[in-house]
Amino acid sequence: MQNRRQAIQHSAVVASLLSAAGWLPTAAQAAPNKAAFEAKTVQEAVKASGGANISESKDVTLTAPDIAENGAVVPLGVSTGMSGVKHLLILVEKNPSVLVAVFNVTDAVDANFATRSKMGQSSDVYAVAIMNDGRALFAKKEVKVTLGGCGG
Amino acid sequence: MADPMRIRAQASGDKATVRVLMSHEMESGQRKDAAGKIVPAWFIQEITASHNGKVVMTAEWGPAVSKNPYLQFSVKGAKAGEKVSIKWVDNRGATRTDEATIS
Repeated sequence: MQNRRQAIQHSAVVASLLSAAGWLPTAAQAAPNKAAFEAKTVQEAVKASGGANISESKDVTLTAPDIAENGAVVPLGVSTGMSGVKHLLILVEKNPSVLVAVFNVTDAVDANFATRSKMGQSSDVYAVAIMNDGRALFAKKEVKVTLGGCGG
Repeated sequence: MADPMRIRAQASGDKATVRVLMSHEMESGQRKDAAGKIVPAWFIQEITASHNGKVVMTAEWGPAVSKNPYLQFSVKGAKAGEKVSIKWVDNRGATRTDEATIS
């Protein structure tokens, strides 16, 4: 408990120093694909993840509820039947940072992932498949949130 | 530090569906505490899944993934009795690895 408390205090200090210097606390850690996670629009996030020429496609499937009662836990799934997929992305358009998760697909797994996301408000949710040749294919769906999951 | 993950891996046909429930706060960095100060972000940043010691999937997450994250994926060619292990790293550098046997 002591350790955790110290860690929290310590990181609070670091965070305030960093934000004073104009840095976000998350930016302090070296993260792969950091630019993508800081992107504010779907276009930017896809670009930062190595995709171009974004277009809608029926081959990408997004599993999402029509109405999410609790924005803190929205079950989202993304899958595609295509081969040659490099990354699968889940994005929520109106979140402070649009990118939720990136799954790096290999030959050993199906291009089919599910997780749960926070959503600040009702928004379009995007599932984007970035292909090996750089094409970005997406599917989208509007999810209505009755209780927001960010802030509060 | 962190509680163990709950991993269920079930073989069906020529693949195995893996479901993982991790125990993590997943603080978004958007919330404010009682004093009005922003609670710093604290979230799982990288996930690595291995099957019989070989990495089969990696993922990068942002702070928008829900608290106590859930993840589901399927591994091709995995059979009952084989091992899957999941490792996560959060943005503070903490890490945890757990292993399960496919049933």
